[in-house]
Amino acid sequence: MSSSTDMSTVLAGVRFPNPVFTASGCAAAGQELDQFFDITSIGGVVTKSIMLDARSGRATPRMAETPSGMLNSIGLQGPGIDAFLDKDLAWLAARGARAVVSIAAGSVEDYARLAGKLRGHPGVAMVEVNISCPNVEDRGQVFACDPHAASGVVNAVRKNTSDGVPVFAKLSPDVTDIATIARACVNAGADGLSVINTLLGMVIDTTTMRPALAGITGGLSGPAIRPVAVRCVWQVHQALPDVPILGMGGIRTGLDALEFILAGASAVSVGTTVFGDPSAPVRVLAELTRELAARGLSLADAVGLAHRPPEPAVPTGPDPVGDELESA
Amino acid sequence: MPLQVQGEVLSIRKVGAYQSMTVIAPGIPELTRPGHFLAVQVGGPESSMLLRRAFAIYDVKDRGVYGGTVEFVFAVHGKGTAWLAQRRPQDKLDVVGPLGKPFRLPTSAVNATLVGGGYGSAPLLPLATSLRERGCRVDVVLGAGSADRLFGQLEAKRISDTIAVTTDDGSTGVRGRVSDVLPGVLDRAQTDVVYACGPMAMLRAVADQCAERGIPCQVAVEESMACGIGVCMTCVLPVIGADGLTRMVRSCVEGPVFLADRVRWDDVGTVPADAVGAPR
Repeated sequence: MSSSTDMSTVLAGVRFPNPVFTASGCAAAGQELDQFFDITSIGGVVTKSIMLDARSGRATPRMAETPSGMLNSIGLQGPGIDAFLDKDLAWLAARGARAVVSIAAGSVEDYARLAGKLRGHPGVAMVEVNISCPNVEDRGQVFACDPHAASGVVNAVRKNTSDGVPVFAKLSPDVTDIATIARACVNAGADGLSVINTLLGMVIDTTTMRPALAGITGGLSGPAIRPVAVRCVWQVHQALPDVPILGMGGIRTGLDALEFILAGASAVSVGTTVFGDPSAPVRVLAELTRELAARGLSLADAVGLAHRPPEPAVPTGPDPVGDELESA
Repeated sequence: MPLQVQGEVLSIRKVGAYQSMTVIAPGIPELTRPGHFLAVQVGGPESSMLLRRAFAIYDVKDRGVYGGTVEFVFAVHGKGTAWLAQRRPQDKLDVVGPLGKPFRLPTSAVNATLVGGGYGSAPLLPLATSLRERGCRVDVVLGAGSADRLFGQLEAKRISDTIAVTTDDGSTGVRGRVSDVLPGVLDRAQTDVVYACGPMAMLRAVADQCAERGIPCQVAVEESMACGIGVCMTCVLPVIGADGLTRMVRSCVEGPVFLADRVRWDDVGTVPADAVGAPR
């Protein structure tokens, strides 16, 4: 790894040593992955979305493999915020990991209470508000697709979160105009945006001739959705160039991560890839560091670089007419 | 603690309807106990198949000419296992293991009966060896759809006191299911403990027969997994905890071996209404 490339990144005033994070729902609370790599060596651990109360999640089958991706319908299984604070967050804090705590709820009040439970906890580096999980009763429609509802949640979480702890809203790609939702979240107090959550999808088992998942529909993730995610990061960065973005959606390699950064992300989450390669976050970090060094770029230089205006055309040969004909 | 190892295929051989693959995977054999499993990457680095395939570990050798090796048995079910079946010696294979909780061994010399369905016998064979080393009596019951779907019959015969074999089609052994012959074996062998591995329906039948007789039984379950390491939450089933409460537990880290009387067999595939955090 090149030590000369500055890989640190600042998300809404908080500095992280590097821009590679885990993704919510793909790393539990870090403990399992710490067996495969030093969990403190990545930018941060984004924990599985936690709710106020314990939740069993959905029936099985909860998963179907799809081309370059997977469909999941876990349904936010988790122990509830109190057990999370006692066990998971306590472990992350003791381990010295930077925790980005993802929260999910069914009402604005519950989001506010969750944020209140996290307030003042020294282990919380950042809060990610999951307003876009497709595996709950409303399929994520209530908060993720309506700018007013999204604002209400973000506003409540921001008000109940310690100053200096950034609040990021996690957006769904399943909307008509992601920039509209992004802007609503930022106006409501979001310090940054996590882009994107899974896409709602479905697989039918042709043997049983029924939906493959017990939950019928599920969230599609993995490299299959990467172009959608890069497009969303691009659009959000274009609309809100000063708002930090945590980009995710099918990142498998350092070059994939670089795409997100060039599109405007200041940091990235490695999600589904971890299921197939538990040490992927450190590999992606090493590859990204190498790719930036190879281009002579610092991380900060690279953020949003794909948005730069086109370079002035340079004449390439004596016979421009011939070139035009060739390319026509 | 599991390792992620860039392994190398040492050999692959066809055993009846199955494939048995041995991979050089230094470090994993020393950590492996009977009942542990491996999660194997399929399709190569650019694969469109992102999820690992999980297999019970059959045999390990922690030293030898090639360094430590692990052997596992699989059937070709889909594209991932078809790719695996095409691997040849010296091909690279990314392996994570050992994973899960292994079989718990008795502290004294008891009478143990091992029940394997299909290639579910693979983890039971090293278990049989461990039990024999502890002075246990070992009786084995193997069942499968047909003779070519039995695995390890000869080896089981060598390391057990008695062996009973059933096939659905009667191509070898008794025509029928393991549950048709198990009660007789349990009585004759004066079985103290049962260990079982195989399809869920078989495990359930074995669990019921053990429960009727008050015989403790450990089962190694097969649930569909995406990661094998405890982060994806797809391989859950309803299991009763020490506190009497039912939770949806991950078979990859809390299992794959469970005490049979803790598994809510009627409710596998569902979330029982009384499970912790069930929808109200």
